[in-house]
Amino acid sequence: MTAVEAQAATGKAAAAISRKPPSSRLGEGTTRRSRTIRYVLLLLFLLFVLTPVYVVLITSFKTSGDTTAASQWNLPKEWTLEPWRKAWDVLQPYMIRSLSLAIPAAIISSVIGSANGFVLARWRFPGANIVFAFILFGMFIPYQAVMLPLRTTFTELDITRGVPTLIVAHCIYGIPICTLIFRNYYATIVPNEIIESARVDGAGLIQTYARIILPISISGFVVTLIWQFTSVWNDFLFALFLTQQNNGPVTLGLAALSGGQKVDYAASMAGALITSFPTLLVYILLGRWFIGGLMAGALKG
Amino acid sequence: MHGRIRTWGPGALVLLPTVLLLGYFVYGLIAWSFNTSLTNRHTARKGPADYVGFENYGHLFTEDRFLNSLKNLGVLTVAFIVGTLIFGLIWALLLEKGVPGESIFRSVFLFPMAISMIASGVVWGWLLNPSQGDDARGLNRLFAILHLNFLENPWWTGGSRWTTMMSIALPAVWQMSGYIMALFLAGFRGIPPELREAARVDGASEFKLYRHVLFPQLSPIALSALIILGHISLKLFDLIYAITGPNQFRTEVPAILMWNTLLRSDQAKAAAIAIVMLAVVAVLVIPYLALTVRHEEER
Repeated sequence: MTAVEAQAATGKAAAAISRKPPSSRLGEGTTRRSRTIRYVLLLLFLLFVLTPVYVVLITSFKTSGDTTAASQWNLPKEWTLEPWRKAWDVLQPYMIRSLSLAIPAAIISSVIGSANGFVLARWRFPGANIVFAFILFGMFIPYQAVMLPLRTTFTELDITRGVPTLIVAHCIYGIPICTLIFRNYYATIVPNEIIESARVDGAGLIQTYARIILPISISGFVVTLIWQFTSVWNDFLFALFLTQQNNGPVTLGLAALSGGQKVDYAASMAGALITSFPTLLVYILLGRWFIGGLMAGALKG
Repeated sequence: MHGRIRTWGPGALVLLPTVLLLGYFVYGLIAWSFNTSLTNRHTARKGPADYVGFENYGHLFTEDRFLNSLKNLGVLTVAFIVGTLIFGLIWALLLEKGVPGESIFRSVFLFPMAISMIASGVVWGWLLNPSQGDDARGLNRLFAILHLNFLENPWWTGGSRWTTMMSIALPAVWQMSGYIMALFLAGFRGIPPELREAARVDGASEFKLYRHVLFPQLSPIALSALIILGHISLKLFDLIYAITGPNQFRTEVPAILMWNTLLRSDQAKAAAIAIVMLAVVAVLVIPYLALTVRHEEER
């Protein structure tokens, strides 16, 4: 088992990344000059990554008269909240729909993932690996390959277009990643012996899950909830295929706000910030768990 | 036998709903799409359609527009994977030994992952403005300000397939490099310190230490990264949609072409494109999944 694999899916992955590196103790291979070069390079890359952030911020506060080519990279001549107001007016209903969609979808697929992950890691049955691969494949498919019949199925099941269809879709197609995250999590932190002794004591599956597994599942849930919330919030493909402007989520709203012939860049930028706010907040507050989800997405080492 | 079923039966029962759901919504619907792709359902009209075998696929692979989208995708994938691996690896190498403020660098390099590609597409659409010279906008204007005018270029709107698709790959690289950095960083930090010490005691130079000791340890991670990036690239849709709009032949990839085909209600052809996309992803992912499962069984 490689290191990444063992740490996958838990906050531990983040801990591994932030672990104090070995050579600071050894003090070798780092001269003052190489340290300076490294720092300069890092700062340059930092600038590269932050350039779009600068652009978004300054443009979103500019008045419509302040968008000449020459002044594009300058700070606003006159700061205004008008673009933000305009973007918010357009996006507000979409934001509410996205929230009412991402939260339940994240919770439902996490719960299913936890139960599946427990069985696949610690309550195995013959052929469990085949079932695991069968589930995992769903994570990789291009959703275009199911999109047309999915629409037909939703119509036939008479599920209301909009938030309800998207919740169902995201729950189902979120099961594979949640199952993977929890399977790796339980395989790492729950020793087999504990389960064995519980079984010897006559505890059934539900008892074992409720008494032993559930109480230590919090980090796993944080990881899957963040992961699912972020992917559902940021999804555009399902939104485009399954909903319309009057019932779609925020990515659809932003695409409409920033598309078309005459683009209001200031409002588009403000809109991009508004729609990114919830996921950015989650990232800033719970960053180390976010990384845990990323690591799990990497599957096996 | 009865006892064994009692031990593992409940577990199988827990997984049953998932297996049924995914059996229908993944495998069943793929079969349905495949079935549609074998018919002449070229309109939105309901009712029965005739089977035409693999005719739609035959048409696709002789059609310039589809072949163009495949070539675009190929170039995009190469540019995206190479770019992301280079940035990710360099960032990991720069951070791996620990620098003051490391967590700030890490958080900044990773943050684009939390943003939707539609939102980043809004900004990158602005940055990749094709105007040059006096009217230069976006990055071209920044180049002019920095006296780097020779860098000004029409981005995705002009030039060869390579420059076009590299312009599309740039925002994708911006968005995903942090992920690869995190993978490699975890890999570096997972290598036992004793390995480094032993190599240093043996008098290995810094370069040799990386080349012969550390990099070989990272090859499984590099493989994972390659497969993740490959399948992301094959599915890339939002970013292109947001930056160029869906109606640009120059930047059209199969995912976009499928959407455009569907807008014309040509269901059979749209399904055929989707199945081709699936086949490409499957070629990449199935060996990887098989390897994973076998690896698990050996444990």
